[in-house]
Amino acid sequence: MKARIKFSKCGSMRFIGHLDVMRYFQKAFRRAHIPVSYSKGYSPHQILSFTSPLGIGLTSDAEYMDMELEECPEPEKMVDWINSQMNDEIRVKDFVLLPDEAKPSMAMLAGCDYLVALKPGKMSDFRDRPDMEQVLADFVAQPEILVTKKTKRSEKQVDIKPNIYYLSSKLEAFEEQTGQAYGALCLDTEEYQPVLYCQLTAGSVLNIKPELVMQALCRFVGTEYDPLDYQIHRLEMYGDENGKKGEIHLLHDEIPCQLVPLSSYHK
Amino acid sequence: MGARKLALSDEILLSVEKPARYIGNEINMVKKDPAQVDVRFCMCFPDVYEIGMSHLGIQILYDMFNQWDDVYCERVYSPWVDLDQIMRKQHIPLFALETQEPIRNFDFLGITLQYEMCYTNILQVLDLSGIPLKAKERTMEDPFVIGGGPCSYNPEPIADFFDMFYIGEGETQYRRMMDEYKEWKKSGQDRVAFLKRAAQIPGIYVPMFYEASYNEDGTLADFQPIVQEAPKTVMKEVEMDMEHTYYPEKPLVPYIKVTQDRVVLEIQRGCIRGCRFCQAGVLYRPIRPRKLEFLKDRAIKMLESTGHEEITLSSLSSSDYKELPELVYWLIDECSKNGINIALPSLRIDAFSLDVMSKVQDVRKSSLTFAPEAGSQRMRNVINKGLTEENILNGAMDAFRGGWTRVKLYFMLGLPGETYDDIEEIAVLSDKIAREYYTIPKEERKGKVNIVTSTSIFVPKPFTPFQWARMNSREEALDKRNFLLGKVKSQLNAKSIKYNCHDADVSELEGVFARGDRRLNDVILQAYEDGCFYDAWTEYFKYDVWQKAFEDHGLTMDFYNDRERSEDELFPWDFIDCGVTKQFLLREYHRAKEAVVTPNCRQKCAGCGAARFGGGVCTEKREGGCV
Repeated sequence: MKARIKFSKCGSMRFIGHLDVMRYFQKAFRRAHIPVSYSKGYSPHQILSFTSPLGIGLTSDAEYMDMELEECPEPEKMVDWINSQMNDEIRVKDFVLLPDEAKPSMAMLAGCDYLVALKPGKMSDFRDRPDMEQVLADFVAQPEILVTKKTKRSEKQVDIKPNIYYLSSKLEAFEEQTGQAYGALCLDTEEYQPVLYCQLTAGSVLNIKPELVMQALCRFVGTEYDPLDYQIHRLEMYGDENGKKGEIHLLHDEIPCQLVPLSSYHK
Repeated sequence: MGARKLALSDEILLSVEKPARYIGNEINMVKKDPAQVDVRFCMCFPDVYEIGMSHLGIQILYDMFNQWDDVYCERVYSPWVDLDQIMRKQHIPLFALETQEPIRNFDFLGITLQYEMCYTNILQVLDLSGIPLKAKERTMEDPFVIGGGPCSYNPEPIADFFDMFYIGEGETQYRRMMDEYKEWKKSGQDRVAFLKRAAQIPGIYVPMFYEASYNEDGTLADFQPIVQEAPKTVMKEVEMDMEHTYYPEKPLVPYIKVTQDRVVLEIQRGCIRGCRFCQAGVLYRPIRPRKLEFLKDRAIKMLESTGHEEITLSSLSSSDYKELPELVYWLIDECSKNGINIALPSLRIDAFSLDVMSKVQDVRKSSLTFAPEAGSQRMRNVINKGLTEENILNGAMDAFRGGWTRVKLYFMLGLPGETYDDIEEIAVLSDKIAREYYTIPKEERKGKVNIVTSTSIFVPKPFTPFQWARMNSREEALDKRNFLLGKVKSQLNAKSIKYNCHDADVSELEGVFARGDRRLNDVILQAYEDGCFYDAWTEYFKYDVWQKAFEDHGLTMDFYNDRERSEDELFPWDFIDCGVTKQFLLREYHRAKEAVVTPNCRQKCAGCGAARFGGGVCTEKREGGCV
């Protein structure tokens, strides 16, 4: 039986790489007696997969993991059971059972929401800037937004403008754009001052990192971009109701993507 | 978000390899309010996190200390070379993983000494903590630095760096030490006053209260206490009640993969075998098995509390645990229900072990392990290793018939009295095993046989019958290695045998430290100041820097290694009584020279002296009776 969990990752846990987070979950599921299915053979392992591994240093309120269960008599109790074996910096927020035909979320990921915040004690041109909304409006009004994408072999210029769906410096405005309510975040926004919220194209075919947006924005306002100044925090991950595997629909395409948070996406 | 405050900034953590080494917060980490305890103890393993976290001893003591409400025990490991550099440059004090607070604020820093090559890392830990390297220079602002573990049985080469050594097993006297410390703290007396109290606790050695003098030839002339509180002889501490003692129910679970990433069940302490090269076999006498029911209980509790997917058994010789079949079959039953693997310790190859191995391992991928330690029967008698060629060949044949095709063999080079004929026998024995395999008809064989023969270089250790023996020089060791390589290559089945060998430079220094004296403190200090640390890691070992440090202090490595010591020589470690007498060790040394085997503790008591502890195998009923 298939299931999906949504969890947050913050604090010192941002320094734990995704393979180790996987091991952490495996051990937590054993402690919590969650009947996860095992692969066969001499070294059986639990059948689990992350939607999109979070890079070291990043925090998140919306990580997703798909899992295979032997049984699940009381799905409403799963969140509490798993959390009884979690530390305070990785917490399960949601558990859903999926229909058998559900495709792995890894292949279905189509968009992500991020918060980019200034780390405590860091200075930046964006700190308490009253005209920030105007700056962002001017930024997205450019005919194209070119960034340098580095791959192992080459560097190339790409236009990420079509991949930036929404951009705002204010949470309320961003929530209105995306239609989501993010609730209490595990990132302390008193300490980490929000610079911008954004919704970007994500997934195995095309993945736009918020670092690229910051890089372009910094160039736009003529300031230097130091990745260490900013905390990137993931807010949500989406599947596309109109999407098929290997096919991307952007927000402003003829057939636009229709993003649904992965916790309620069962295609 | 009541976030834990980390000692290192994001910039640093994101720039070093494996930041998880430094953030703590592992599952089952103990959280206490430091303001609510009387004693803060920091336990240190002076090597990288992944090695240190795999050590059972620290897990036992961590659990013990933290069961006491008035003590908070935290941990620290050697920062890896990348972070080490940053901490020096930015003057960041070394911190404990739990509270992330500087080590210097603690009352005690306990350092476990598991191998000699970690000695420079001790200085690294002290240095980064801002604690004066020499005990005599420490003030009321510094913690008491206490050493323990196997290398504390000859603490002299590092005596200057420690306020105290705890000789023996930690379960017995730490409670008393904590109480003495609390009383001392109230009294407002100076550091020396506490050390004088500590010196009177059984098993505690306070090096600054002793003085050594030397003969003209460099050997020790005399070694005496200089204060009345310090005993002339320090007796090792031993936990005789293996059931009503400390053993963690909730061991720490690291986030990153460490060397021992599994539940470790210590089934017994000590060994009955009496191999003459083996220090642990003497230090932990007498053998003390834990009760089967105790082990079952802890196995279940630890698997529950950690979520580990693997369990293993720990002891010096697991095949000598009498109820091993019962324990292992029970474990297989328990574990198969929950998808847990069993990592078997190395076992004597017989019908039982082959049956168990075939149940828990993939026969095609796993290998058989034999540790004959020496190639010829004569040498095996010299070292008192009971294994015969017949045992090995029969065991291997049974395994080959069961489908195994991989064999690992462990030997030592440079054993006392070894000849080139004995060394050649290593190659011959490896070949005989391969020949044995090819007697099986081709259609019944599963491909080629695969033999890995490894040699390490024998290092004479204190408290063994070989403590008088001469150690081979680097040149001899290299020569023997090359000779053996040539012999392996000329065997009929040379293509099936792979030969691996241990580094000779590191072994030489290990030999010096193992049987060294107080004069080495300054050598180690200089080598550290000249850039040596992580010496156990071949890539960081700087032989030339060490050589220079010896020269500068008018000492040679040869003095410590390149001579057979006379039977009446006073050893630097003779003030320690490990329960086994020097007369017994000398008797064994003589028997080794005659290549005479001594029966094991269960066959016949050899009168080693450990019977004075009044328990374990010494009070078991046996065929031969006790001396």
